[in-house]
Amino acid sequence: MSSEPAADPGAHPGPAGASEPRIPPGPAVPGGPAPGPRSPVRHAPVRHALGRISSTAFLALVAAFFALPMLWLASAPFDAHPSITVSVPEFTLANFRAILANPYAAGSIVNSVIQAGGAAVLVVVLAALAAYALSRVRVPGRDVLLYVLLLLSSVVTGTAAMVPIFELATRLGLVDTHLGVILVVSGGLLPAAIFILKDFMDATPTSYEESARVFGASPMQILRHIVVPLVRPGLATVAVWAVASVWGGFLMQYILLRDPDKSPSAVVLFTLYTEGGQPDLPLISTFSLLYSLPVVLMYLFVSSRYGFRFHGGIKQ
Amino acid sequence: MISVHGLTKVFPGGVRALDSLDLEIGEGEFFALLGPSGCGKTTLLRTIAGLETPTSGSVVIGGTDVTALPPGRRDVAMVFQDYALFPHMDVTDNIAYPLRIRKVPRARRRARAAEVADRLSLTELLGRRPGQLSGGQQQRVALARAIACHPRAFLFDEPLSNLDARLRLEARTFLKRLQDELGVTTVFVTHDQGEALALAHRIAVMDAGRVAQVGTPAEVFHRPATTFVASFIGSTPMNLLPGRMGDGALHVAGAVLPVPGDPPGGEAGRGAGDGGDGGEIVYGVRPEYTDLSTTRRDDGFAGEVAVLENLGTATLVTLEGPGHLVQAVVPEGREPALGTTAWAVPRPGRALLYRDDVLVGRA
Amino acid sequence: MSTDAVGLGKSRAVVFALPALVLIGVFLVFPALWTIYLGLTDYRLTGLAAADPQVVGAANYTAALGDERFRSSFWLTAQYVLGSAVIGQAGLGFTLAWTLRGRRGAVRRVVEGLVLLSWILPGSVVAFLWIALLDRDGGTLNALLGTPGAAWLLDHPMLSIIVFNTWRGTAFSMMLYSAALENVPVSHLETARLAGASTLQQLRDVVLPQIRVHVLTNVLLTSLWTFNDFTPFLITAGGPEGRSEILPFYVYNTALRGGQLGFGAAVSFLILLINLVFALAYLRLLRNRREVAV
Repeated sequence: MSSEPAADPGAHPGPAGASEPRIPPGPAVPGGPAPGPRSPVRHAPVRHALGRISSTAFLALVAAFFALPMLWLASAPFDAHPSITVSVPEFTLANFRAILANPYAAGSIVNSVIQAGGAAVLVVVLAALAAYALSRVRVPGRDVLLYVLLLLSSVVTGTAAMVPIFELATRLGLVDTHLGVILVVSGGLLPAAIFILKDFMDATPTSYEESARVFGASPMQILRHIVVPLVRPGLATVAVWAVASVWGGFLMQYILLRDPDKSPSAVVLFTLYTEGGQPDLPLISTFSLLYSLPVVLMYLFVSSRYGFRFHGGIKQ
Repeated sequence: MISVHGLTKVFPGGVRALDSLDLEIGEGEFFALLGPSGCGKTTLLRTIAGLETPTSGSVVIGGTDVTALPPGRRDVAMVFQDYALFPHMDVTDNIAYPLRIRKVPRARRRARAAEVADRLSLTELLGRRPGQLSGGQQQRVALARAIACHPRAFLFDEPLSNLDARLRLEARTFLKRLQDELGVTTVFVTHDQGEALALAHRIAVMDAGRVAQVGTPAEVFHRPATTFVASFIGSTPMNLLPGRMGDGALHVAGAVLPVPGDPPGGEAGRGAGDGGDGGEIVYGVRPEYTDLSTTRRDDGFAGEVAVLENLGTATLVTLEGPGHLVQAVVPEGREPALGTTAWAVPRPGRALLYRDDVLVGRA
Repeated sequence: MSTDAVGLGKSRAVVFALPALVLIGVFLVFPALWTIYLGLTDYRLTGLAAADPQVVGAANYTAALGDERFRSSFWLTAQYVLGSAVIGQAGLGFTLAWTLRGRRGAVRRVVEGLVLLSWILPGSVVAFLWIALLDRDGGTLNALLGTPGAAWLLDHPMLSIIVFNTWRGTAFSMMLYSAALENVPVSHLETARLAGASTLQQLRDVVLPQIRVHVLTNVLLTSLWTFNDFTPFLITAGGPEGRSEILPFYVYNTALRGGQLGFGAAVSFLILLINLVFALAYLRLLRNRREVAV
């Protein structure tokens, strides 16, 4: 498992001779006395090769474990006779027609776009305004407020709050509306979004804004001309994260929407394979693929453009 | 042109950055705010700009009290230490930004930007982003942006500190010439006394939120009003030696010096004379005005030659005497040998006497 | 130094921050507080108690604690979190990061890509992929293992969702540990190796002490997320016969499907409390680390 071949031990007759007491191989203090026992080092090349082989074998196994469930998604959509088992497909694109034949599938993609897009716009705009104010104006208790909000957003999850949220949405008449989904999921995404954007804004020197201010720019002008262009990577990060969360999210959409005409793809797909009867495999496979593609492409885009920036606690 | 009355700024947390400060800056003047870091000079500049709100006191620009006005309505332009060029705009858009805020039509503001850029030899760079410019070019773009909006006054915060040593000299000359040509009142902040002496018409030396002295470069150099100013101004620090007045003479570091007679300036002699016998004083003389003698002199400070520092055309000699260090500048080729004894002799009329840190006379 | 660098002013700052805070207040803070109240009532989705709910005090809590199904659900949840978050995701994530450290090129890209892909695919897609994989009759797993007719989801529902969630969430741990391992100085590992330490000894004596905070962060976060994860519901729905009914499913099944909103709110409140413990521990960790860094 060593990352490089061990140096030839014969070349360095260490100061610690055989007469010195052997250092117990336990707590190897960094910077402590050098070479102790020799035997493991002497066999290093063999051990190294064995380690390399076993680690490669382990990685192959892991790769197989992770790939196995996804193989079906790669093969079934293009198989003229898709079955539940993975098999080499008899290539066809005809299965994609099934999406159009289903009354809800195509529409659900539109619903997903509306809900994910709406939530992303709302979260980015509101979080940017709030983060800017919190970053630039020192209000007493600001840091505590941010911590409490962040704490709440990880505590009040959809799972923990589905009962009151369902009840609240019912009373506000938000059940079966896109707006209901957008507002509810935005409330959960906002604290972390504010936190991330505040980090970006804090990293921007205030002299840009002060300079604009001396030239007479109003706060809204400063925001539009200076701040937004400067924190664009942060806005993009938050937007992508919000879209991905809502696009893949299930629980809130599932409890807030009863009307299949309003349901996003996550919910429609679930009903496709849980409703009675033989599952329509051509439809499920092609629809799954189509529905997965945007998030995968988005991640590829983000990781190639900005590198995979990764904020702890960003995934919900 | 710019005047400041009783200006006080206390930051939350209790730091008193400005302490009832008064200052008058004349029309067209090139004015330096000089002082060590933390003396309040940047706070003063930012308060004039309107970026800080004073705790009390007022700021008047061109006869108008602007204390309550936001920065954008004071008709001043500021160049920041880091230049604050907007990284997402090219040079043209940066220079034209103040005009964009004033809703000047796009074509006119581009023309104006090109005109100013031409004046500052920036024409080649108009299409570039700040990130593609050298430090000196960025500085000139920042100046161009300040010029473009025709302000009543320029405010520069450490305009040269981000440049390397050689470029700084070039930029200094350029800046002085530019200010001279434009004739616009300019206030700049610096911690570099050489920069202040070289550029400014007048200098305010600041210490702990107050003005220690205001004067022309010659005044603050030759007659520093306090020991603080004396030790701050000058490329080599002034010799400040504790002494005593008695028996009709000054007793300073083993030397016996004549009490100044009635030198020109009047108040100096009076001050010294008032000290009377036994008065504790501080005797100050610049190394540049101190000659070195290798033979014994009663009017010189004796010491062993401890350090020789080559200044190029001259050498700074440090003498170590009993309980004191004295420095003298000697012309090249006249350096004493290390370890030998020498006497540092102040030139007549060049020494200053301080009592309780305040200038009382010249000797 | 400045309290208001851009002259936004307190009032405008409030206007800027208010919309976000209102939205958070209405859809995050209020539901959490309301849960407490609802949990003290006999509120139901339909029927008499729907129109006129009565405060019943702690009755819901005593009922929950006395309910065999709740206790079993709680126990299953502990197994699920320990098995899939702590052992599965954190364990596999660390092993992967350790094995991939120092590797470049295709092997690393393929493994990382696959692990990441399983993390970013939408939940309802991966749920069906696992249903297909574990299917009794035509499932690929049975075909591979030569165990036709093995009904994994019926006979081993907990094991199935534990393995599923390990598969689903390892990416986060892998990335976190990869970043952490990059900060372990190579010289320290080499010193240990020269002293003759085995791989396990190196891990114990050199690596773990240096990434202790990362391990704690990782275990806390993955546990919190796993505890609140609803995705396995799409595979087993808590069945068969409640044998994979972890707490999130229990709440859904009793409150929204069974209509006992008051009772469900009481259980929700217990979930909130457990979340709070995790989150407080995490924030404390975060704050300590920041203080150290500053």
